[in-house]
Amino acid sequence: MRFKNIIGVVAMALTLGACNNAGDKTATAAGGADSNTVKIGVLHSLSGTMAISEVSLRDAVQMAVDEINASGGVLGRQIEPVIVDPASNWDLFAEKAKELLIDKKVSAVFGCWTSVSRKSVLPVFEQNNGLLFYPVQYEGEESSKNIVYSGAVPNQQLIPAADYLMSPEGGGYKRFYLLGTDYVFPRTANKILKAYLLSKGIPAENIIEEYTPFHHQDYQTIVSKIKKFAVGGKSCVLSTINGDSNIPFYKEFANQGLTAVTCPIMAFSVAEDELRAMDTEFLVGHLAAWNYYQSIDLPENKKFAAAFKAYCVKKNLPGADKRVTDDPICWAYTDVYLWANAAKKAGSFDVAKVREALLGLSFDSPAGEVKMDPKINHLAKYAMIGEIKPDGQFNVIWKSKGLIDPQPFFALTDSVKAK
Amino acid sequence: MEQMQNLFSGISLGSILILISLGLSIVYGLAGIINMAHGEFLMIGGYTTYCMEGLFANTFHVHNGNLFFLAALPVSFVVAGTAGLLLERLVIRRLYAKPLESLLATWGISLILIQLARTIFGDLTAVKTPPMLSGGWQVAPDLVLPYSRLFIIGLTIVTVCLLYGCLFKTRLGIQIRAVTQNRSMSACLGINTRRVDAATFFIGSGLAGLAGCAMTLIGNVVPDMGQTYIVDSFLVVVSGGVGKLAGTILAGLGIGMISKVLEAFFEAVYGKVLILLLMMIFLQFKPRGLFPDKGRVAED
Repeated sequence: MRFKNIIGVVAMALTLGACNNAGDKTATAAGGADSNTVKIGVLHSLSGTMAISEVSLRDAVQMAVDEINASGGVLGRQIEPVIVDPASNWDLFAEKAKELLIDKKVSAVFGCWTSVSRKSVLPVFEQNNGLLFYPVQYEGEESSKNIVYSGAVPNQQLIPAADYLMSPEGGGYKRFYLLGTDYVFPRTANKILKAYLLSKGIPAENIIEEYTPFHHQDYQTIVSKIKKFAVGGKSCVLSTINGDSNIPFYKEFANQGLTAVTCPIMAFSVAEDELRAMDTEFLVGHLAAWNYYQSIDLPENKKFAAAFKAYCVKKNLPGADKRVTDDPICWAYTDVYLWANAAKKAGSFDVAKVREALLGLSFDSPAGEVKMDPKINHLAKYAMIGEIKPDGQFNVIWKSKGLIDPQPFFALTDSVKAK
Repeated sequence: MEQMQNLFSGISLGSILILISLGLSIVYGLAGIINMAHGEFLMIGGYTTYCMEGLFANTFHVHNGNLFFLAALPVSFVVAGTAGLLLERLVIRRLYAKPLESLLATWGISLILIQLARTIFGDLTAVKTPPMLSGGWQVAPDLVLPYSRLFIIGLTIVTVCLLYGCLFKTRLGIQIRAVTQNRSMSACLGINTRRVDAATFFIGSGLAGLAGCAMTLIGNVVPDMGQTYIVDSFLVVVSGGVGKLAGTILAGLGIGMISKVLEAFFEAVYGKVLILLLMMIFLQFKPRGLFPDKGRVAED
């Protein structure tokens, strides 16, 4: 009897499952939506090494979706996020992207952090005419019509930071130590920075470039090299060190007696979300270049930062009331609104129409007004420099005069390649 | 002065490597299994320190930044040791003499532990450096020896001495060495080898936990912090000779020194590559490490 019951349950489950599948298929035949909902994909690593950064972006996307749904949805439909976990595995990113586009027939995908994950899904999006919203600053040298890049390109983050350091207001620095983790972003970023510094008349012997492997923990030798370099005066460090190597680096830096006054570190990969858990004592006074800070004094931003914290508490997410917003979180959130507003403007969820509607679209983001470029899928935005405070927040000490137009292909790199 | 700095950096890195490798070396020597989850006991030690910090501040209301760290040293040893004991009891005991299965099983466990830590603690966490260990000793105008590193060197020396005492002066130590040399003969002579295995796992994992606690002075506590060190500590164990304390110490210091000297002349990335190359050449000539067994013991 018992055995029969089990068989019965299994059979029922299977039939139900089949029905569900059938239902899915008819729904997706109508372009990722039935009459009441529209599906979007969320492609962020929830496990593995990148989970530390990417989980927050999933939360930001989910929060934006909830907000839009609460205010009536898009074109009369509720947004239904399909969340998958590519587990920090680059091949799995491509597989999961395929699953989202072909099986789930989502209208748009929000995802990726590392450049290598973006490069691995790029062909999938181009072949299946999908649309990926990518929220992280990156090294440029890429512009696909199937990807909307809302993070900064080099001329919106790296170049303004270098300009600031060389200006009298920023301290008039003349010697630059370019230190990074050994992968695509730091290598390309440093190539661009080096070319730019040389073009501004900084002699080659005043620029040092150095890389460490991933998860490097022992910065003793490198910090003593920097110390020797800093004796020349007017020296600073441009850091593209990634993730868990940052703390050992800053700690060693302070322990060997270097400070933000003698030799400031300008970081391109350290934001509030990383700082909230760090022992900030060693970082105070050092700088970071971004296009958004939680401390920006705008009504939209105050609302956003408070809403994000409240959302994390409500959903009982790890870190709950200690959660903060930062640059990638801001753009992950903004992306959902950009897509929703473009769909409203186009009156359709069709990828080609949404893409058309996106060009030139402006939006009051938490970072202030931003505007999609009229020709390419990149955002024009303000560049800012922040100084780290003891509470892990930034004091915004400089902001660009106007929106900086995106230039994903940076002219100087070619001249460097030729050398 | 620069040579002094490099020398100190080398000793400091070497002492860290020794601290992490000691436990791995005695477990590997005794049980003959490659414990891929060894690094995760380091992680457990790190998180224990993190929890102690919270416990002292929130439950005991002790806001002295030094006390929690001193208390965390023995606690992380015990917590990681207990975790190691559990692992031995539940899994490894069934897999002795099956090197491949135990390799895969411990690797799986290490993945589970990493994800577990990520789920419980969420993400990046860091332990505040105790005030007595921040800053450094200004030896000369351009030579500063950070207190945190001096502390780790001291901790390593103390640990090594205690471990020597334990292995050579106590009954348990003699039994551990006997089982390491010849398991079946020791069993014949009435040594309870299962109890020795369990004790060794406790000590070995506890040492990793202690190393994890010390690591919070240098880096932050992340779920995969153990993975960062596991490869290096295998290098130390293999080149030192499996289960040989003196070998582990010498190899740890040697690898620490060589990588710091190389790093001073080349980039860190190439330094790492050169170390691996040197290791391959070394193992060609000394496949059983610095201190190979001699005589009849060497046969199996």
